[in-house]
Amino acid sequence: MTTEALILAAPPARRKVLRREGTTGPVLVVVLVILALWYVAAIFMNWQGVTDAFSRAGEQHTTGEILLGTLDQERPVLPAPHQIVAELKKTVFGIAITSRRNLLFHAWVTLSSTLLGFGLGALLGIVLAVLIVHVKTLERSLMPWIISSQTIPILAIAPIIIVVLGSIGITGLFPKAIISAYLCFFPITISMVKGLNSPDLIQRDLMRTYSASGAQIFWKLRLPASLSYLFAGLKVAVAISLVGAIVGELPTGAQAGLGARLLAGSYYGQTIQIWAALFGAAILASILVAIVSSVERIVNRRMGVRPA
Amino acid sequence: MSANRHALILTPLAILGCLYALYLVHRPDVAGQAGLAFWAFIVVLWLLTGFAISGLSHLKLKQPVARRAIGLAVPVLFGAFLFFLWEVIVIGAGVPSVLMPAPSAIAAKFSASLPLLRDDFFQTFVKSVLSGYAMGCLSGFLVAIIADRVPFLRRGLLPLGNFVSALPVIGIAPIMVMWFGFDWPSKAAVVVVMTFFPMLVNTVTGLAAVGKLERDLMHSYAAGYWRSLLKLRLPVALPFIFNALKINSTLALIGAIVAEFFGTPIVGMGFRISIEVARMSLDMVWAEIALAAIAGSAFYGLVALIERGATFWHPSYRT
Repeated sequence: MTTEALILAAPPARRKVLRREGTTGPVLVVVLVILALWYVAAIFMNWQGVTDAFSRAGEQHTTGEILLGTLDQERPVLPAPHQIVAELKKTVFGIAITSRRNLLFHAWVTLSSTLLGFGLGALLGIVLAVLIVHVKTLERSLMPWIISSQTIPILAIAPIIIVVLGSIGITGLFPKAIISAYLCFFPITISMVKGLNSPDLIQRDLMRTYSASGAQIFWKLRLPASLSYLFAGLKVAVAISLVGAIVGELPTGAQAGLGARLLAGSYYGQTIQIWAALFGAAILASILVAIVSSVERIVNRRMGVRPA
Repeated sequence: MSANRHALILTPLAILGCLYALYLVHRPDVAGQAGLAFWAFIVVLWLLTGFAISGLSHLKLKQPVARRAIGLAVPVLFGAFLFFLWEVIVIGAGVPSVLMPAPSAIAAKFSASLPLLRDDFFQTFVKSVLSGYAMGCLSGFLVAIIADRVPFLRRGLLPLGNFVSALPVIGIAPIMVMWFGFDWPSKAAVVVVMTFFPMLVNTVTGLAAVGKLERDLMHSYAAGYWRSLLKLRLPVALPFIFNALKINSTLALIGAIVAEFFGTPIVGMGFRISIEVARMSLDMVWAEIALAAIAGSAFYGLVALIERGATFWHPSYRT
């Protein structure tokens, strides 16, 4: 009687929560609310600037005109979303793709060093993880340093790498890629080590009873077991690889890339340009994470992972 | 058992050898013009230390105290040896200090410019990081509580929070500098935005981590929403919340330092790094990085210590 009574007594709301819930609707509503708040904030934050501009010109204006003016300034305190979209459209499609004023040009500069750094970092991270799992000395001596280095702000080292490599004649893509690689190998190593160690003792014992060699245990048990951990690490890594590339563009003084656009925008007070670069970076980051996720799905399907 | 005992003899030998090499390399007739014999000695030391550390990490000890001591000694010796190599190679080969200063030079610079470092630390860490961290974590926590109360909001905010965590949020730094000026409030604002979302996502996940059985038990005690939140769900969420606090301790420092690359008053760790890099005085930059590393790991360690005290009941701390 007791269990049935409990189920009957449970409030209906609780049971609704337990059902699988869609998120598309709520996300859409929250995004719309944020957009609405954004417009309100844009009106309030730009109000002073518009009224000042009008009074400087010595003109009298109605509230409605000021209201429209706040959403159409050249250098607003907070640009309205449609201004950012217009700027993105203008700098992506409106200008020849080889021009330095095209946002895609800058995005490509950042993307290329992100990808090179991500590739280097992933390779280094995976090799290091395999070594750490198999060589006990490395596990005892190197692993504590890799874990504790997560607690220090290693991004602060970026200017040194750029300037030192620049002073011995290495400039352009490679120093930024080094920063990205350096940032992203930590999460990959840590999650890969966790994944390679994830098979249970009983599974490893089973391999032993099959008299499997160390290489066979690695290829048939440890590596497949580690893949989901690896992809979790890769998703974090690709995101911070992009951050590393953007920050790596700052010390060289705004030459090319999304970081350079941010810096140039802040030098010249071009707020719309800053926001457009920021949105460009956000779109790039989400595309990169989405690519890693879809590769994960393809790999999982190939390996016959049943959806949980 | 005896096969790895040699490590106990090799380790002091390796340490003595390294100390002797340090003495050698600083002699004026060796510094910058070390001969082949010296480098051969270093290679021998390298092999010796490798054997010693490998032997130490394979030692099987019965006493737990000795095991813990070895577990601590291996990474410490390894790190110390890396610093030793850095020092010996930079000094022995005479690498110019504009490329790579030696650790001893960095330490000397560090102790020589303590007042400057203290000012930078106060500006960046105490003013920007701590205030931003407190505001960001607290607001993330409060929004998470509200989102937990309103399921619709939770379903909308959680995917967005996860999405934002993957974005290069650091890019808002120039905007914050424009809004809040060059001084510390703009850096604190960057830190707030960077720490808000990890806290939100982790707290919401933690609050949802309570099992059905426990919830039903609270229900059978006739506990209301607030009582079961305080007595059951917040304690269960604590490990998740502390996880966010630990992630944020690193993020906050990164955010404040990078935000200072976009414009500061003439004090602060990020400011010092960017200005001294431009002047090629790399020993000062490394001293700032050492300061950032110390501050970052101390901050993280403090949060981890509080976590140990607050979640002593959690399985990962029970022995």
